[in-house]
Amino acid sequence: MFEKIYNISDQGIICDFGSEINKEINAKVIGVFNYINKNLKVKKDLGIINCIPSYNKLVIQYDLSLVSSVSIIKYISSIKEKYLTYLNNQKKFEIPICYDTEYGLDLDSISKQNKICIEEIIHLHNETIFYVYMMGFLPGFPFMGDLTKKLFTSRLKTPRVLVPAKSVAVVEKFCAIYPFDSPGGWNIIGKTPCKLFEKNKKNPSLLNPGAQIKFKSISKKVFLELESKNNE
Amino acid sequence: MSKYYFQVERAGVHTTFQDLGRFNVQHLGICPGGSMDSNLLKISNKLVNNSLQEGVLEFAYQGPRLKLISGNAKIAITGNVHFTIERQNNTSLGKQYNCFETYILKEGDTLDILATKKSVYGYLSIEGGFQLKKFYNSVSTLTRSAIGPNDGKKIDENLKIFFIKNNENNNKKIVQWKNNFNDNIIRVLEGPQFHYFSKQSINEFFLSKYKITNHSDRMGMRLEGHKLENIVSSNIASEGILKGAIQITGDGNPIILMADHPTIGGYPKIATVISADFAKVTQLSPGKEIIFKKVKLLEAEKYFHEQQEILNKIYQQITI
Repeated sequence: MFEKIYNISDQGIICDFGSEINKEINAKVIGVFNYINKNLKVKKDLGIINCIPSYNKLVIQYDLSLVSSVSIIKYISSIKEKYLTYLNNQKKFEIPICYDTEYGLDLDSISKQNKICIEEIIHLHNETIFYVYMMGFLPGFPFMGDLTKKLFTSRLKTPRVLVPAKSVAVVEKFCAIYPFDSPGGWNIIGKTPCKLFEKNKKNPSLLNPGAQIKFKSISKKVFLELESKNNE
Repeated sequence: MSKYYFQVERAGVHTTFQDLGRFNVQHLGICPGGSMDSNLLKISNKLVNNSLQEGVLEFAYQGPRLKLISGNAKIAITGNVHFTIERQNNTSLGKQYNCFETYILKEGDTLDILATKKSVYGYLSIEGGFQLKKFYNSVSTLTRSAIGPNDGKKIDENLKIFFIKNNENNNKKIVQWKNNFNDNIIRVLEGPQFHYFSKQSINEFFLSKYKITNHSDRMGMRLEGHKLENIVSSNIASEGILKGAIQITGDGNPIILMADHPTIGGYPKIATVISADFAKVTQLSPGKEIIFKKVKLLEAEKYFHEQQEILNKIYQQITI
């Protein structure tokens, strides 16, 4: 399952699952991530203090005052693919989205660049079942895939200084939601009334690596209603 | 709610609450953060009999000016810091105030942390701790994500800073800690994309000096010097980042990722600063030059344990 496992710092290793970016490889990454987090006692005894899944890598940070790289690598190498239960407990979410051009700031330019009408962009995006490859960049920010080739775009030449919070945006085969106002270079296609990260909640992040997401198209009227309800 | 508090009369350049960091949530996009110089944070806590991971105030360059409005407090400051204590009706408590030494502040006193000398970061601890709300088991401030005390912002003027314990007895503690803020040799391990760079570039990386630019903060330290030639790709599939990683952006200049680093990133990383040298690099100010020296993993582990030993001896000195 692992191509290589090696140190990237004296308190961290990287597990390399290969160079391709696809769900099959990423599901193994998330599988190992979940496996480590399920075996809390071992995790604690080994001084593991962070596991960071990405497309095809898993970075593990550990406390060198408790453990050395040798024991960590030995433990990780002992994890077999058959131990993983990654697809059985995948969380599923339905996230409302409003594709009104007031929020979908780049629908028009995607339409021109990809020679595809806006209705078709919305339709193709809306029927996609997304998968969260990883989270990062901002707290609660999901990197989801895969979009159909017809919707592939590149990053904006000049990133926006401010992408409004809750904007749904795409680049290449990926889709993301900005939890907060932030600079950003992705193409914005709509906006959700959902809060992706709420500090005061027990589980602040709505999504997790490995989650499954389906967007549900809503009208501007419903969007405004939901948003005012969420802000109460 | 405690009734003992300071009022901030001047916030300083970048004053934040920090502890040893926030762990096990980097997969949600929250980096560990925590003190830049964790050695100084730990010693400051030990001096006032706190647990090592208690939250303290970290300041950079110019620190805060704090008036003690209510209560008495036992404090310690660590670093290479110039500070004074002003007593009401009386000018000053004494002529000279030393770091690595405890003091009692009485109600009405003003603590003025004027500057860090030939270094960047300093720490103010208080016996019993500040009254702070934890988020994921930490009080570290992560300004970029608005996480931590004071709504995730650095402290502002007029803010009231509450602390837990009223304390009048100074069972004075002093410790000798040798800061070596001039040592600019930073030891590193090979990074995950070490071989993305040409042999000649790698040689230059270890032979030439890199200058620390003004674009340096808790997130990263931008360096200027010999530009590195990437022979594979200047982008990689984004992967998890740990502090101390040295990434090379498209223009060929290195950035050392510091405590508030991004959680994932897509730039190749040529090297990683070893744990034993991380605190040291944080204390080097813009304009200074760095020389990187490559070491092996086993050496890095040994240096880490040696540094822990030195710290343990310091703790013993304090406890006696």
